[in-house]
Amino acid sequence: MLQSKIQDVFNEPACGKNQGKSEKERKKGCTKQLVPGAAAGGCAFDGAKIALQPITDVAHLVHGPIACEGNSWDNRGAKSSGSRLYRTGFTTDISELDVIYGGEKRLYKAIREVIEKYDPPAVFVYQTCVTALIGDDIEAVCKAASVKFGKPVIPIDAPGFVGNKNLGNKLAGEALLDYVIGTQEPEYTTPYDINIIGEYNLSGELWQVKPLFDKLGIRILSCISGDAQYKEVAWSHRARATMMVCSKAMINITRKLEERYGIPYFEGSFYGISDMSDSLRQTSKLLVERGAPAELLERTELLIRDEEAKAWQQLEPYKARLAGKKVLLITGGVKSWSVVSALQEVGMEIVGTSVKKSTVEDKERIKELMGQDAHMLDDMSPRDMYKMLKDARAEIMLSGGRSQFIALKAKMPWLDINQERHHAYAGYDGMVALVREIDKALYSPMWEQVRRPAPWES
Amino acid sequence: MAKIVTSRKACTVNPLKMSQPIGAVLAFLGLDHCMPALHGSQGCTAFGLVLFVRHFRENIPLQTTAMNEATTILGGMDNIEEAILNIWTRAKPEIICIASTGLTETKGDDVDGYIKLIRKKHPELVDLAIIYVSTPDYKDAFQDGWARAVTKLVEELVIPPFEKGGVGVISAGISQINILAGSHLTPGDIEEIRETVQAFGLDPIILPDLSGSLDGHIPEEFMPTTMGGTTLADIRRMGASGFTLAIGEHMRAATEAMHAKCGTHYEVLDRITGLEASDRFIALLAELSGNPVPNKYRRQRSQLVDAMLDGHFFFGGKKIAIGAEPDLLWAIGNLLAEMGCEITAAVTTTQSPLLEKIPTAEVLIGDLEDLEQKAQNCDLLITHSHGRQMAERLDIPFLRMGLPLFDRLGAAHRLSVGYRGTRDLIFEIGNMFMANAHEASPSTWIPSQEECNADTSATAH
Ligand code: SF4
Repeated sequence: MLQSKIQDVFNEPACGKNQGKSEKERKKGCTKQLVPGAAAGGCAFDGAKIALQPITDVAHLVHGPIACEGNSWDNRGAKSSGSRLYRTGFTTDISELDVIYGGEKRLYKAIREVIEKYDPPAVFVYQTCVTALIGDDIEAVCKAASVKFGKPVIPIDAPGFVGNKNLGNKLAGEALLDYVIGTQEPEYTTPYDINIIGEYNLSGELWQVKPLFDKLGIRILSCISGDAQYKEVAWSHRARATMMVCSKAMINITRKLEERYGIPYFEGSFYGISDMSDSLRQTSKLLVERGAPAELLERTELLIRDEEAKAWQQLEPYKARLAGKKVLLITGGVKSWSVVSALQEVGMEIVGTSVKKSTVEDKERIKELMGQDAHMLDDMSPRDMYKMLKDARAEIMLSGGRSQFIALKAKMPWLDINQERHHAYAGYDGMVALVREIDKALYSPMWEQVRRPAPWES
Repeated sequence: MAKIVTSRKACTVNPLKMSQPIGAVLAFLGLDHCMPALHGSQGCTAFGLVLFVRHFRENIPLQTTAMNEATTILGGMDNIEEAILNIWTRAKPEIICIASTGLTETKGDDVDGYIKLIRKKHPELVDLAIIYVSTPDYKDAFQDGWARAVTKLVEELVIPPFEKGGVGVISAGISQINILAGSHLTPGDIEEIRETVQAFGLDPIILPDLSGSLDGHIPEEFMPTTMGGTTLADIRRMGASGFTLAIGEHMRAATEAMHAKCGTHYEVLDRITGLEASDRFIALLAELSGNPVPNKYRRQRSQLVDAMLDGHFFFGGKKIAIGAEPDLLWAIGNLLAEMGCEITAAVTTTQSPLLEKIPTAEVLIGDLEDLEQKAQNCDLLITHSHGRQMAERLDIPFLRMGLPLFDRLGAAHRLSVGYRGTRDLIFEIGNMFMANAHEASPSTWIPSQEECNADTSATAH
């Protein structure tokens, strides 16, 4: 069952990478064989959790030993405007006896406890390595529990060892398609209803762009999965158009929404002024094509004009301070190109960007943006990054949390642009915030002192 | 005597516990030029890494054998071999330490056997130390993994005095002593311990030594391994020490292993937080060294006594809820009880001989949901950062202790050992009580409706 799902996901026709592959290559899938002793990155379970945990009113129950949930719960920055249940850590925390005799009974009881105590609209049950290996059939348990407790109990079959985070994202998407989407109906619909897919509301970024859609009268019917309620995901098949935010993460949902329900989509980004404007423009265009009044297009252009002017005005004072500053940008794949263009908008120079997780398409876009001699680093060692910063060939690094010390220990500025970051960088306001943070990081008066050697050392 | 209760819930809610393998990893991170690795699937390593990065705000070297479903079923020999070779060529560590995970334990990989084969196959690895410890996720908890890792290091690496490379007869007056440090000690605590021991003219080898690797120093170069910590040479030399001092009950097994191997005399100090506990520590150092207690510590002792005198007003009768691993629970729980607090709720992660001696009615091996229920009327909550949600709901002061501490700076430098550490901890907690004291108002002494009802029903009986 799981194997066929994985094959299905690997066959994703809308994936840019897949289009250039032979049948055989495709079967092998896009998860690169990991190198023991030289691998980094989360597992499929991690990816599934990242994709689904932002659904706020669901109880997310992890079936496995304490490692999977105990070492990682409540560590992500997705924000909620309502329920806080998603931040509660639920796990079966299986013991040695469960490993010997099977953990299905414990799982069933755990589901009952969760429903009795917390009464969520749905329970998501996550499979992990050990429980998959001993053959616990979470699908069967979930089915039995659903019937017994009269509530959706949904198996998320993405045990860590089947692949990386990206595969986990997709398997999570499959679970939503199989069990959630299309199971409820919204109270009413409008010609202005959209889905946003692949946006997790980290640091509240969805709320940063929502007012823009609001101003246009566009309703976010469902966001998958930032600040979403279960029912909103369940009725996402009633949207008129879909914006897909992070190209690879949940492409399968997006495409199948089109296939099954005829909902057209486009791929966009909220990072950077021009990307934000483009996203608004494309959203309106799709809605109009689906029957929304054409005047929406004009209103969109007006809004874009105003917002862009406002943003540029706010960015003006930073331009001179940031022009020509050399940035080393280390992010997971897709985000690269959208951030590249964002930084170039204020005149910064990207001296290198990681493309380890990028698709051919992503790489093409980066090339377009950065010119032919773009420094795309497939696999730069931390030591090389450190040298680059230490020698000031790069003046600031933007990356995820775990690599921050490469920059900081070289006494060079660093800014968090990954999951755990504390600032929201989406939309026009977000771009201004990003630039402000970069400016603060670069010009902190602290640098001068920390870089100076101790008096007895010079 | 506390009653020990194990939670009977099928579903753990808001875990207090973390898993054994990453406890072992943290111990290994206290070794110099070391690369720890988890034998399992990549995600376990990623989670452990992120956890420690957020706690210490430091680079964390940690690798994985990158097992997948197929390799797990076939057995992990090839992956371990490849991992060792890759780490060896890329990171050039002096020591590679591997901890198992639930996945590979379920399959039952014989890693010790694999390592023997790998050694035979690769004579070029002769100078590389390789340590393996078995730490299934589905058993025990973080501090158990730490304890097992340290025990294994002692068993495998320490050279007994009369073996090849050993020192032979150890002279009676030798100043070299071993300190086996528990997982509840911060790099700051370890630094304090070292300075204190040295002040008596003793020469400590501390294992593991997080104060060398995760204290936040700025290295000259960037290295993919740990930078600082107990060196391999020092671990080997531990067999030549005159004494082993263990700090934390969970270090007992490692201490006994040292004794069994090298005959080293030892003492396990269950804690060095609190006046009496610190006295024992200092008196022992005086006895071992034959030196008088330095003035600095006499002075610090009287500062602590003064802090207790000034502070006890605020501690008396306060109800405390603590969620911590056994050794931390023991240290903090006892200190607070000694200051007059009442330990109303105590939740821990794993078994320990200390639990039944904790000054409270009941110790529950459970989770933060349990603690939240028991903490309803408490004056202070003490647990790791994951207590933040419940602290908000309970609306009581919250002291973050333990690991992880991801929403505060300076986790590595929190000090709670010795006279100085205890003094500062008393100030910190006392200040929290003070800040939360209820100001009197006209209605303070008017009984609430509930109390009135309770009174009438009491008289009716
Ligand atoms: S790799 Fe497997 S065992 Fe490890 S965290 Fe992921 S799901 Fe859990």
